[in-house]
Amino acid sequence: MTVNKWTAAQVARKVIDNEELFILDVRNHDAFEDWKIDGHKFEYLNIPYFELLEGVEEILPKLPTDKEVLVVCAKEGSSVMVAEMLSEAGREVAYLEGGMKSWSSYLEPIKVSDLENGGELYQFVRLGKGCLSYMVISEGEAAIIDAVRFTDVFTNFAKEKGVEIKHVFDTHLHADHISGGRQIAANTGAIYYLPPKDATEVVFDYTPLTEGLNVKIGASQIDVNALYSPGHTIGSTSFVIDNQFLLTGDILFIDSIGRPDLAGLAEDWVGDLRETLYSRYRELAEDLVVLPAHFMIIDELNEDGTVARRLDDLFKENHGLNIKDEAEFRRTVTDNLPPQPNAYEQIRQVNMGKITPNNDEQTEMEIGPNRCAVR
Amino acid sequence: MIQANHQLDAKGLACPMPIVKTKKAITDLEDGQVLEVQATDKGSKADLAAWASTVGHQYLGTLEEGDVLYHYIRKGSNEPEVEKTFEHTVSLDEIESGDGLILDVREAAEYAFGHIQGAKSIPMGELESRLEELDKEKEIYVICRTGKRSDLAAQLLANNGFTKVYNVLPGMNEWNGKITKEI
Repeated sequence: MTVNKWTAAQVARKVIDNEELFILDVRNHDAFEDWKIDGHKFEYLNIPYFELLEGVEEILPKLPTDKEVLVVCAKEGSSVMVAEMLSEAGREVAYLEGGMKSWSSYLEPIKVSDLENGGELYQFVRLGKGCLSYMVISEGEAAIIDAVRFTDVFTNFAKEKGVEIKHVFDTHLHADHISGGRQIAANTGAIYYLPPKDATEVVFDYTPLTEGLNVKIGASQIDVNALYSPGHTIGSTSFVIDNQFLLTGDILFIDSIGRPDLAGLAEDWVGDLRETLYSRYRELAEDLVVLPAHFMIIDELNEDGTVARRLDDLFKENHGLNIKDEAEFRRTVTDNLPPQPNAYEQIRQVNMGKITPNNDEQTEMEIGPNRCAVR
Repeated sequence: MIQANHQLDAKGLACPMPIVKTKKAITDLEDGQVLEVQATDKGSKADLAAWASTVGHQYLGTLEEGDVLYHYIRKGSNEPEVEKTFEHTVSLDEIESGDGLILDVREAAEYAFGHIQGAKSIPMGELESRLEELDKEKEIYVICRTGKRSDLAAQLLANNGFTKVYNVLPGMNEWNGKITKEI
């Protein structure tokens, strides 16, 4: 039997198109428990590769023959070995090229909406890590918000669309993933904006992103309006785009809200978080469509693979927006928080420009799920 | 550097090779001996520890020096549990309050990754040739991981004229007190 090789892009398609897939994950149990490829209709079997060195006979009955089987490991090597053993045993299986490492870095660009006068808004879904980046395109110009570190994906996409990247924003100083914003700006000559309150320790030049900043993309003047919305970090800023979309950064997600502790100041920032979620956002138009910088679970994806929901729906459904009692809210966002993201302190240092790890080290830092939310 | 019976160079190899090679190399060891695995694949640490526990070897620990990881694994014993015969025994609590010498007869690598402060290390295999390092007049609490090796060591000491010898039961695997490392 042949051993097929799948790319992360092919797996992403399976996730978005809601297809079935059987994943044989051969990483060790801890790694699998911590983080895996999520799909609505995916089934899983986790057997570490080192338990299969003697042979795969024992697991054959557990593998379906009427479904596609994908063998996954951390970097690829072990999945190739196991896939070849399964192939010799007469099964047709595939392995994931580059393993979870490539899954973590894959970005799927999906169009969220057309904007006025031929403008477009794209969401770049990083399925393996739950990061969401955005590109606004209008009349030959583009703005990027919360770019992840795979800068080529954004610059190539802009090239394909025939647009010039003019503005690059980070809604806040990220702690769970390495920002690509500064690099994209350096490569393209775009302006890089960062909230000054998050940037007190950064060692590079940037343009301050403050309340009321208004940037026009293209001649048709698609508005990108900045709205100060602290709580996840003290500088966290949201954007209203074209009066239709609210980019919330890590303050408000579809099924959860931002956690205030990743910069070590949970107690201080709870009040800001509450103010943003319960007052500032309440004053905005309810028909705005919320576009967050993360999703936590696959159920937050819409049918087309985007992560987007109307603000009034979130006011009804999101638990974090419906905690009446302030003391209870404080407890929710400061007690029993989920574990902090892998290497979050180092990642903040990278995003401040204080350390410059190589690509492998950056990959290592970003391994695992993002954990920026409180449910 | 920590003492080991064998070294395996798995540097530059990507997963799954460090484990595949370790599995092969460890067959050449005798039960209870320690293998040092040198690897550069960062994932090898978690995988070797998990693999060792599934096949009954003892993962001792890992040292990092530059880009190289040095893993230490003690080959597990498949022998059935033998009855301990040395009749003078003490509990872990008793040695904490006593003022005798704690003699740790585990392998040097096991000792290095965690022992009771003040314990003297003489691996079981070296004990017979190093008896003159011990004081016959002093109480000696012999300890290992489970009480099996220390049982044999206590017998050896008694046969050589040591009269105040006690085997510590259970052993380091149930020690919850402070641990000193020498790495």
